[in-house]
Amino acid sequence: MKDVLSRYGTTLTGMMVLATFLWLAGMVVLPYLVMVDFSFRPNLLPADLGGDKDHLTLDNYETLFRNTIHIVVFLRTIWGSALATFLCLAVSYPVAYFLAKMASPKQAATLLLLLVIPFWINEILRTFAWFIILAYNGPLNGVLRLIGAIDAPIRWIAGSNGVIAGMTYAYTVFMVFPVYNAIETLDRNQIEAARDLGAPLWRIHLRVVLPHAKPGIAVGCIMVFTAAAGSYIVPAILGAPGTRWFTEIIYQWFFEGQNWQQGSAYAFLLLILCIAFVMAMMRIFKVGLADIAR
Amino acid sequence: MESRLTRILVNAYLIIFLLYLFAPLFVMVAAAFNDSRFPTVMPWHGTTLRWFEALWEDDRMWEALLNSILVGIAAVVISVPIGTLAALLLDSIRGRTRSFLYALMVAPLLVPGIIIGISTLIFWNRLGVSSGLHLSTIGQCSFICSYVMLMVLARLQRMDRSLEEAALDLGATHTQTLRLIVLPYLRTALLTATVLAFFQSFENFNTTLFTRGGATTVTIFIASRIRTGVTPEVNALGLVLISITVAAAVVYAVRRKPAPV
Repeated sequence: MKDVLSRYGTTLTGMMVLATFLWLAGMVVLPYLVMVDFSFRPNLLPADLGGDKDHLTLDNYETLFRNTIHIVVFLRTIWGSALATFLCLAVSYPVAYFLAKMASPKQAATLLLLLVIPFWINEILRTFAWFIILAYNGPLNGVLRLIGAIDAPIRWIAGSNGVIAGMTYAYTVFMVFPVYNAIETLDRNQIEAARDLGAPLWRIHLRVVLPHAKPGIAVGCIMVFTAAAGSYIVPAILGAPGTRWFTEIIYQWFFEGQNWQQGSAYAFLLLILCIAFVMAMMRIFKVGLADIAR
Repeated sequence: MESRLTRILVNAYLIIFLLYLFAPLFVMVAAAFNDSRFPTVMPWHGTTLRWFEALWEDDRMWEALLNSILVGIAAVVISVPIGTLAALLLDSIRGRTRSFLYALMVAPLLVPGIIIGISTLIFWNRLGVSSGLHLSTIGQCSFICSYVMLMVLARLQRMDRSLEEAALDLGATHTQTLRLIVLPYLRTALLTATVLAFFQSFENFNTTLFTRGGATTVTIFIASRIRTGVTPEVNALGLVLISITVAAAVVYAVRRKPAPV
């Protein structure tokens, strides 16, 4: 603190502390605490507030475990997000490797610019694009019938197919950049050495490139998984009727069930899921917060 | 150095990947010109500009656009100063306090947007403030501040501290040093942060969805149109937004060419 004072003086330091406090307390910590507190309270009529029934309870959490449909949706959200994360990694890895180790500087610059564009285009528009493509009378079925690959149109938006396809598409760019950044720092000589010693291509990647890319993979996985688990719009647009996402149930509690306490409990469970995933990734891949925020 | 076969395979993969990346966007944009009630490119019912006319005459769209711009400006006004002040503070402290504050400051980036929206909604409701775009702005700022802080901090860490010390030694006040030395040095970072903050706000859907009350922003407008009777009017709007994005990306890339000092 002394360092700050000598660098900026009392007034400026006061402003910095005040701004930081307003942000972290008023927009981050307190709102989360209030939400968590809310999730342990019953949904009461205004008349009952402060009365006998107004006490802390686990009811809102038990609701999930009593409701098989909601549990299925929760598990589907975990499984679907994990699958989308894996697919993003599989799709992105060759591109990231090419960018980092095979492309000429000019090629890399062009490709990076091309990658930035979809990254900046709104998630809803990217999802909407797949809504058009996968439609029953849409271009994908049209092209497949034209080349004779199928006789009758296929219903692509069935079960979670559409959601997984849309998420893989929407979040691939979240994976490419961190993996590329990580592979870029790998010394080319290590790859050369492995090759000279006779390692086949797959082993070079498995034993040299992938271990080096671990931090980038961890960051990419965290970005994709939290985006997928917390996505409302992709399942809302590309989900088949009957295959809801956990976020949609949270939305229902708030705006259709008018039960905010119940919705808060579900929201907190979603937050715990994301935190658990982030912690697991940080532990497994040994990366810190500063690596993620880069 | 790589074998020819690898090169061919990788190039083929890249072409497929780029197709995968851009074909959907191309399809969506093309559908804006199709004279068909449902947005599609096959079958082609003839080329038309009527969806652009429909978009132009859509009052709901203009209202949503105005809302998005206002929220974006408010988000910039709140989060750029806060993020910058927080970065200045973080840059001058060390040890545990720093790690703790840093963790708190980047945490909002890892929290799903809908949870930010929900916590903002409940917190302010308990204080007696009902939902609306003012809450959307506050919710968005909680993580936009993080982006600003990170960008400013990255720049600050490369700054030569002796410049500040020299200014102070020569009798400049702390405020003068900030205004004449530090802020000019941060100019580019602040400019980028401003653009990014506006963009993040304009793009936001998840946080806005829970805090907006009855108000509509551009992303909410698009989402509700897609879910209730979509027409190629949405594609026309998509084309406009994508054109702006591409132009911005190109300008950014061209301007970035000379290595930042």
